[in-house]
Amino acid sequence: MSNDLLQLAMTAEQFKGLYNYWIVIFLMMTGFFIVISRKNMIKTVIGLNIFQTSVFLLYITMGKVNNGTAPILRPEDAHHDDHSHDHADEADHASQIFLDQIADHTPAQNVSAGSEPAIALEALAETGTNDVIYSNPLPSVLMLTAIVVGIATTALALALIVRIREDYGTIEEDEILILDRES
Amino acid sequence: MIEHHLPILLIAIPLMAAPCCVLIHSRRLTQLLALLVCWLCFGISVWLMTKVMHEGAVTYNLGGWEAPYGIVYVVDYLSAFVMLFVSALAAIVLTYSPTSVQAEIPESKQYLFYATYLLCLTGLLGICITGDLFNVFVFLEISSLSTYALISLGRTRRAPLAAFQYLIMGTIGATFILIGIGLLYQMTGTLNMADMAEQLEAVRAVDGETWAGSRTMLVAFAFMTVGLSIKMAVFPLHSWLPNAYTYAPSVVTCFIAATATKVSVYVFIRVVYEIFTPTFAFNILPLDSALMAFSLIGIFVASLAAIYQTNIKRLLAYSSIAQIGYMLLGISMANTAGLTAGIVHMFNHALIKGGLFMVVGCLILRLGSAKLEDLRGAGKTMPWTSFAWVLGGLGLIGVPLTAGFVSKWLLLTAAIDSQHWWVATLMLLSSLLALVYVWRVVETLYFAEPSERAAAAKEAPPLMLVTTYLVVGASIVFGIWTEFSAGVAFETAQHLLGVTQ
Amino acid sequence: MTPEMMIQLGMGLPLLAMALVGLMGSRPNIREACTLVTSSILFYVTCNLATLVFSGQRPEWNLGEMIPGFEIAFRVEPLGMLFALVASGLWILTTIYAIGYMRGHHEKHQTRFFACFAIAIFAAMAAAFSANLFTLFVAYEAMTISTYPLVTHHGDLKARNGGRVYLGILLSTSVAFFMLAIAWTWSVCGTLDFREGGILGLAHAEGKISDTQLGVLLGLFAFGIGKAALMPFHRWLPAAMVAPTPVSALLHAVAVVKVGVFTVLKVSVYIFGIDLMSQTGISDWLCYVAGATILLASLVAMTKDNLKARLAYSTVSQLAYITLGAALATDVSVIGGGMHIAMHAVGKITLFFCAGAIYVAAHKTDISDMRGLGRAMPLTFGAFFIASLSIIGVPPGGGAWSKWLLALGTVESGKLALMAALMISSLLNIAYLMPIPIRGFMTPPGEKPKSFKEAPMMCVVPLCITAIGSVALFFVAEQIYEWLLPITWEG
Repeated sequence: MSNDLLQLAMTAEQFKGLYNYWIVIFLMMTGFFIVISRKNMIKTVIGLNIFQTSVFLLYITMGKVNNGTAPILRPEDAHHDDHSHDHADEADHASQIFLDQIADHTPAQNVSAGSEPAIALEALAETGTNDVIYSNPLPSVLMLTAIVVGIATTALALALIVRIREDYGTIEEDEILILDRES
Repeated sequence: MIEHHLPILLIAIPLMAAPCCVLIHSRRLTQLLALLVCWLCFGISVWLMTKVMHEGAVTYNLGGWEAPYGIVYVVDYLSAFVMLFVSALAAIVLTYSPTSVQAEIPESKQYLFYATYLLCLTGLLGICITGDLFNVFVFLEISSLSTYALISLGRTRRAPLAAFQYLIMGTIGATFILIGIGLLYQMTGTLNMADMAEQLEAVRAVDGETWAGSRTMLVAFAFMTVGLSIKMAVFPLHSWLPNAYTYAPSVVTCFIAATATKVSVYVFIRVVYEIFTPTFAFNILPLDSALMAFSLIGIFVASLAAIYQTNIKRLLAYSSIAQIGYMLLGISMANTAGLTAGIVHMFNHALIKGGLFMVVGCLILRLGSAKLEDLRGAGKTMPWTSFAWVLGGLGLIGVPLTAGFVSKWLLLTAAIDSQHWWVATLMLLSSLLALVYVWRVVETLYFAEPSERAAAAKEAPPLMLVTTYLVVGASIVFGIWTEFSAGVAFETAQHLLGVTQ
Repeated sequence: MTPEMMIQLGMGLPLLAMALVGLMGSRPNIREACTLVTSSILFYVTCNLATLVFSGQRPEWNLGEMIPGFEIAFRVEPLGMLFALVASGLWILTTIYAIGYMRGHHEKHQTRFFACFAIAIFAAMAAAFSANLFTLFVAYEAMTISTYPLVTHHGDLKARNGGRVYLGILLSTSVAFFMLAIAWTWSVCGTLDFREGGILGLAHAEGKISDTQLGVLLGLFAFGIGKAALMPFHRWLPAAMVAPTPVSALLHAVAVVKVGVFTVLKVSVYIFGIDLMSQTGISDWLCYVAGATILLASLVAMTKDNLKARLAYSTVSQLAYITLGAALATDVSVIGGGMHIAMHAVGKITLFFCAGAIYVAAHKTDISDMRGLGRAMPLTFGAFFIASLSIIGVPPGGGAWSKWLLALGTVESGKLALMAALMISSLLNIAYLMPIPIRGFMTPPGEKPKSFKEAPMMCVVPLCITAIGSVALFFVAEQIYEWLLPITWEG
């Protein structure tokens, strides 16, 4: 057996460790399949939504750090001698620390971690100045935007479907094609 | 002070103006506001272009957050160039629009038209200006969503259907891009394009040859390429385009045909050349051969399809698919000459196709139809409009002294210089197909007995003619004076390739 | 006037004429006066320029880069000068003739007609003066486009079909072959300038291009320059005969077709270089293609009863003479080819003028209907007879000299088969041209004699002048020979 194949093979442990990715892939394929195979427009939109949701999951998965908590800096975690800073300053500082963590998180380490870069993040977080492990909030934030985009898309799609139904009296693409060909 | 903030104003002004349009509600006022905003955007783009030409790239940190943490807006040669012609065409098309809009869009919906138009412009400009990859996705969706809405404003019942089909395809494309962005983020931990490129470069420096083996990179690249190909309407992912262009209101077709696909090409250039680097895309992966093959097949298939169309809007839509092929052909050569040709063709084709669709708008206004049979003999009653078609058509064919020739010549010399003999030959042969479909319309306009509609028609209104001739004239001016277009494209190409050397 | 200014005027005046014609569209008399005045000034300017050029100067004018790396530049050398002289001189006569013809015929769209005419002359001048292949190509294509409205002037179905073939063949060949050839040349030589002795010679010596590749390149040029009407890409020329006769006269005896063969000559002399072609023998095949075209076109011409169609095929055949001159690649043959541009232009334009005059006066297009017409139109048929002599190549027609030089060329290069082809072709020329004046003068009118008269003065005068011109050229041939001599031994 060649080396490549050995590399490709994965243990049950690894398989289980990547369970969230399997879910993502499953959802993605399901959604995609519905979009291309269903001729009912509503079902197409549902498929599209599932498809998009899988991407949301993908992002959130990559942001999650094992044993990490929400990235909120509590006062007792910040080892500052000077407590005279007001709250806003502290928050500012905290975010700076967090950003530094991300910046330190060099790509070399990242790639050595293979397809599970979150592990690298975790290692970093542990050796960092703080003892608390945070999850990466950025992907979740990005997904907020993506969800909004998704909702807008769905709303627009539904609005279009309403108009199509008004004009054609059906939302089955096959029937519409026949109607168009006749006219 | 305000000068410093111009990059953000370019996006903020149309973005803010769009809801204002909805609030104002009055047709005349929204029209004025939109017009003002578009020309303002054009002014800012011109200013940014000159600044870039004199002082080099302009960066703007949003909210004062520095890259790579904050979102930056970067105006370099490429983005300034694309923004320039996008905003120019947006402004000219909007100036051209009132009569056509009045004829094709119900009065109660016109304020929405103007609002969506501005949103679409925002999205397109945003894609160009931002230096943040996720931002690209967001702006891409802003422009796409407004495009879907604009298309659905068409008069026939097929318009919402075309919009829906485009929406499905477009959203799949956008989601693919989003997946790609996510995977890239996973690899690099950054969303800033320049930073991302640096990080990947560093990885390559460490890992050397094995770098290409990174499966995440490959998957990200695949998703991005396919997603963008849908947005660019690359054959065989072009199926949304003909219907969308055909059934949209004429003004909308003018605008999106001239700008939307080009902006996607812009993103493609950015992603391939700046983030993944040509070495990865062309040397390690065979994107160049794949792209070349698909472009050439696309050019031939779409041009042949265009020949058999009986609706000139559809004819031009297929021609657009073919022309995208020429742009990608240049881009896929991965050398300065080819890239220059590709970028110049983005600009030239925007002018030519914009102009031609504007001609079609005039014809539809007067004849009420875009069918070839109704166009018969319109050359007699609408001489100016018809002549504009001839001029624009010559550009599409690539006759000397038109902009189309400049792109064709650059592409030809680039192909021959890099020993792509087959590409050169096939490209030239394919441009003859353009001759056939353009001339079919010319003959219909001039040599046929006038149809009933054509005989009753009168010349298009002066404002529409003037603006049409402005664009068509520009396509001729930039066919003779190429110092600006080819010069900027050359600078850009050198910059894009220089980064990776 | 500086030489540079003359070049500018040479191209500026036709454009000015176009603008004036456009502006004065509603006043025909002033409009025609504008064309006449500008064409006269143009001829004067080109004559002045000619004295400079033939005395050894090479005026230049650089307009600047159109596409980065590709300049629009002009440099006048003897071959181009001769062509410019012929085109500008015949423009005046054709204008006079066109006024008579168009008015006599009550044609529509005369403004468009005269404007497009001026653009075509502009393109011809630009091509004649061009300093590099790129400029020449731009002018070449500009001419194709600007003559399309002239060819399709009548705007009916016949015109459409003719225009389709015209544009289709000319644009296809130029885009598919010519443009490719230019780009190839550029990539091999790094320049497109016309240089004495050719630019490909050096590249060939350096091994950048092999003999076979040179042959292919020559083929691309020869067939790409569709205006040279080498078979099998000659169909556009007969198709273009749907145009009004003045158009056929100037454009399809002088400007358009001559731009084609002029380009062939330019390419062989200044791009390939005569030495390179004769040493490597890459043009041998082209000689035989040209020879075949000469014979075949003559044979086809014999079968045509329509006078203009017969003249068109005769043109195809005569153009191949010039291509042959270039392909033989000897000093005399190239000069002979160059000279034939002038000789054939003057002769053929006379024949077309006559065809138009007959049409205007008697509404006859078929040769079989022209019996006895010569008695009613002695001037026209007399001119036709004289011009035929020139085309056939019998003294005192100017064509005698150029054919003589071409024949010398075939002997010099040892291709006796082509010599025979030239001789046979001359016989065929007699066979298809002479019956027309003979029928006109000798045979009695077939139908009952009508009172035919000569065509209007405006038509007859120009054709008499050109007929005299074709004889006059016989006597100044030596002068032309000397003018053209520099193109072979410079560099």
